[in-house]
Amino acid sequence: MSRLSIITKSKSQSIVEELYKDLERRIIASPPGLCPIDVSSSFLKLCHAQTCGKCVPCRIGLSQLEHLLEDVLNGDATLDTIPLIEKTARVIAETADCAIGFEAARMVLKGLEGFRDDYIEHITTGKCLCHLEQPVPCVALCPAGVDIPGYVALVSKERYQDAVSLIRKDNPFPVACAYVCEHPCEARCRRNMVDAPINIRGLKRFAVDHAGNVPVPKCSSPTGKKVAVIGGGPSGLSAAYYLQLMGHSVTVYEQRQKLGGMLYYGIPNYRLPKDLLDQDINAILSTGIQVRLNTSVGDEENQVSFDELRKEYDAIYLSIGAHTDKKLGIPGEEAKGVISAVSFLRDIGDGKLPDFTGKRVIVVGGGNVAMDATRSAIRLGAENVSVLYRRRKKDMTALPDEIEAAIAEGTEILELHAPKEIEQNADGQVTAMYADPKIIGLMDSAGRPRPGDLNCPPSRIPCDIVIVAIGQDIVYGPFEHAGLPIKRNTFQVKESSAVIGTDGIFAGGDCVTGPSTVIRAIATGKTAAANIDTYLGYHHIISSDIEIPPARLGDHPACGRVNMTERASQDRIKDFNLCEYGMSSEEAAQESRRCLRCDHFGYGVLKGGRVHEW
Amino acid sequence: MVKLTINHKSFEVEDGITIMEACEQANMPVPSLCYLKDLNEIGACRVCVVEVIGMERLVTACNNPVWNGMEILTNSPKVREARKTNVDLILSQHDCFCPTCIRNGNCKLQKIAFSLGIHQAGYQRDITTTPWPKDIPLIRDSGKCIKCMRCIQICDKVQSLHIWDVAKTGSRTTVSVSENRNILEAPCSFCGQCVTHCPTGALSARDDKEQLFAYDAPIADPDKVVVVSIAPAVRTAWAEESGLPREAATPGKLVAALRQMGFQYVFDTNYAADLTIMEEGSEFLERLSHKEDFDYPLFTSCCPGWVRFLKSQYPELTTCLSTAKSPQQMQGTIIKTYFAKVAGIQPENIYHVSIMPCMAKKAEADIPTINDSGAGKDVDLVLTTRELIRQCRSMNIDFSSLEEEEFDSPLGTGTGAGVIFGATGGVMEAALRSCYYLVTGKNADADAFKEIRGMDGWRESSIDINNTTIKTAVVNGLGNARKLIEALLKGEVQYDFVEVMACPGGCVGGGGQPIHLDEEETEDRREYLYSLDQNAPLRFSHENPEIQKTYEDFLEKPLSHLAHELLHTDHTAWTVPGTKKIKPE
Repeated sequence: MSRLSIITKSKSQSIVEELYKDLERRIIASPPGLCPIDVSSSFLKLCHAQTCGKCVPCRIGLSQLEHLLEDVLNGDATLDTIPLIEKTARVIAETADCAIGFEAARMVLKGLEGFRDDYIEHITTGKCLCHLEQPVPCVALCPAGVDIPGYVALVSKERYQDAVSLIRKDNPFPVACAYVCEHPCEARCRRNMVDAPINIRGLKRFAVDHAGNVPVPKCSSPTGKKVAVIGGGPSGLSAAYYLQLMGHSVTVYEQRQKLGGMLYYGIPNYRLPKDLLDQDINAILSTGIQVRLNTSVGDEENQVSFDELRKEYDAIYLSIGAHTDKKLGIPGEEAKGVISAVSFLRDIGDGKLPDFTGKRVIVVGGGNVAMDATRSAIRLGAENVSVLYRRRKKDMTALPDEIEAAIAEGTEILELHAPKEIEQNADGQVTAMYADPKIIGLMDSAGRPRPGDLNCPPSRIPCDIVIVAIGQDIVYGPFEHAGLPIKRNTFQVKESSAVIGTDGIFAGGDCVTGPSTVIRAIATGKTAAANIDTYLGYHHIISSDIEIPPARLGDHPACGRVNMTERASQDRIKDFNLCEYGMSSEEAAQESRRCLRCDHFGYGVLKGGRVHEW
Repeated sequence: MVKLTINHKSFEVEDGITIMEACEQANMPVPSLCYLKDLNEIGACRVCVVEVIGMERLVTACNNPVWNGMEILTNSPKVREARKTNVDLILSQHDCFCPTCIRNGNCKLQKIAFSLGIHQAGYQRDITTTPWPKDIPLIRDSGKCIKCMRCIQICDKVQSLHIWDVAKTGSRTTVSVSENRNILEAPCSFCGQCVTHCPTGALSARDDKEQLFAYDAPIADPDKVVVVSIAPAVRTAWAEESGLPREAATPGKLVAALRQMGFQYVFDTNYAADLTIMEEGSEFLERLSHKEDFDYPLFTSCCPGWVRFLKSQYPELTTCLSTAKSPQQMQGTIIKTYFAKVAGIQPENIYHVSIMPCMAKKAEADIPTINDSGAGKDVDLVLTTRELIRQCRSMNIDFSSLEEEEFDSPLGTGTGAGVIFGATGGVMEAALRSCYYLVTGKNADADAFKEIRGMDGWRESSIDINNTTIKTAVVNGLGNARKLIEALLKGEVQYDFVEVMACPGGCVGGGGQPIHLDEEETEDRREYLYSLDQNAPLRFSHENPEIQKTYEDFLEKPLSHLAHELLHTDHTAWTVPGTKKIKPE
């Protein structure tokens, strides 16, 4: 027997390692709507399998917790079981020697706090508050509820026009979303259980790129009702589109010279070319919507008064977005060369391109807007662009693809640095940024780690331009004067999008949710349209008569996911032209065939895998 | 057409059909369990799996179409192993104490386990039990539920009542009353379609036989006069399991069987069907004389499943129901008043049993405000056709040796118009035959209104009587009733008189009728009823001599004061659980 030996994995161990990976992917693909107690109980069993068996609380306690949770699920518990679970878990959390025990118990405690109602329901009625509402995970996770398996199947049959028409039933921005949607639909794709999620956005892009001009449906007969939409971004235009289709007469008030809101003024051309965005906007306007550009609503002389609109229209939809920047609140912020990302990107949208040749740029922030500003600055000829962020790169809220693209284009990410002061010269021109180095620390209540102070001097980073991208606010002044309720800088609305305490006024999009994604904005517009229609005394149905190709049987062997490719970074930084390449037809065919058709297989066939109308 | 092979033999079949249909056509049928054509093609039980050469995984035959060049194996070792294992797994969660099961010998699971040759259970037993109230007509035994989901689908797709749904998730996924309700809170119509489509004994109608036949029950009580009435649709189905052909199992033989059971008087509910026509028809004609006063048509009220449906789903339309009681309840009231008087029996001593093709009739007899005889419940006990058959079986009644016997009088004569009450469209046709006479003073041809007949879910017709056009509609199945009402409310259709029967096909397809695995007998039963009508000596309700005599000696005339008191009811006087709130105008 040798004194030391090289450790090699046994066959069983390497299979178990594979199973761990399978399990990880499987957990990712958990369908929404599972019973949280059942899930907790199953997790507990796994935790218990991990125990080494040394300590009492973990070895015995976890198994007793398992029994107690099973009692709850089987209807054998009483209300006294809850404090017993609580006590047991608390003691395990307090006394287990290692994380295997105390973290397992903490999960149970977290559940008792988070879904106590479910515990009580199980115990008192033997029933569960949960059931699978929408059996198709991608559709369930799309805020607008787009029929994803439907259009993926249409793409596989090369029926691109039908795919676009089907998407428009729930989302009038198929093109914009094909390019920039954050695709929450892909997160729980059941294909994760086999290999990796379907590239849903990529397939949508293939559909819109190959569909040509797809006419919109005919509007219902005119109702004579008038609706004003304030703000022509994705939320406002979505509401306008559906309301116009329902036969109402819609006028959109847009304060800028172009429609599209953040799609136009926030997202740079290299991600969403303006002419492509126009395809969506033109289709939406082809329904007959009236538009008043360069018209803002407010109390000033050159503005349209909100009260006038209230008198003139039967209903109003407010979707003014969030277009002002948040301030850093540090000395030197007023210096020349300090600009807000929102106005920077807006100018670019309007065609006013500043020349950054030879300039050193710092972008402050870690979200998608920060990445858009960064990548735009690079394209404007900056000598270098650094992103200053007070947490770590992995804590950034921007899409990982965007961060990666910015880095590929030459950006440096200065992690764990918080802006302290902006240095300026005698002319008031920015010369450098002082930033405090930070240590990553304890998690906050949302599960993100807090940056903490480090006992070291600030770094001085020489620069000529500072772009601030730390969030946006809404301009609610005039509406607050008109009596609309505002809380935490957003309009207060009910589930229906109706503004609380008002009659006939609805609101949605960023001005209600705070800065959020395009697809959420679209979803709020769709929701508002339905509820405004009801408010006006109608029940118009939005539907699609596209026949979905039947699901095809298949063995579904594991197969890699087709990812999108981009132009070479040294090439694309020279212009604002589109970066991303679409799929080839072979790729689209292969990728669309990977879809497991949850609209048919599994629960879909029982409950009907689609919402045909709304 | 597509070419394929099944078990290595070549066939050509129509494009678009399922593997199951193709195998059926090729006489190599694939067994199935959860499958219910057009309603439940969800591949939940995984019993109908077949092997398709070239595919690694097995394929369900019920919901996958054939394709050209497909090579199907229905009985390969892989298929047989999978099929047997899946049935064995189902058995592990099924209460297999078959001898006491109401569906013993008539259970799809039992049949398939036997035919697959599963003679030893391979898995640990894991049976759940959930409490269920015993005093409603619908009984659920969760230990026997195999989660085939048929009940959910029937109730959703055919009856549109959504009483059942999938509940819980994961391993505890089960079928339960929808929206986390208790069945006592749900607006169940008690139509029993979920029962007749349940493949096992999980769903059944409450069995009430012992209330009558136990050793200390009324049948054994010398002070009680036990009277039975049989509904029109019972006579078409009561002998289906006996081997006696339908035509040979005449109503007269049923009378003989009932006398063998100990009933002292055997009456025919056809009598009350004719009486219903006199009352409801007169009510309709009275309404027609000032029809401008009514926004909506007159609805028939003989089907208690429908009455419950309307009251819970469209309570604001309850007043559109004919106030005439159903034949069952008219029969009950007349037996304990008129018959008691004629026969000189104390009404309190009469125990009246009604045999019905229906489960909802059990609930109807329990409506507190329905009794007008003043002698307790007008109908003391309701038994379904299935309970009748079970009692015949338990008493070893030999169907083949039964000799025809006559119904007792004065409630033993029914016309052909009464007998077709058991089929969709029958009430309307019977009513029109008599309405025509009441308006014109002469009879139309008995088959003059036969365009109303049929099996379609929603049928319309316009009838001209004395230059008045009567627009009628007939619907069967509550989903069709809902469609019709929605159209009425939207003003898309207008009728004067509408017949609704809750069960598809009408009472012949009722929730209390015999259950046959994988076969629907509704059509044959319906045809038999129409043949009885065709051959009946009397085909008009108003020509029923016993009805004429009842009016002469007792009720005076249709809609008389006494008729109102005894034969009509206030449908608003009771409520169905889970009734929707009436929308404000």
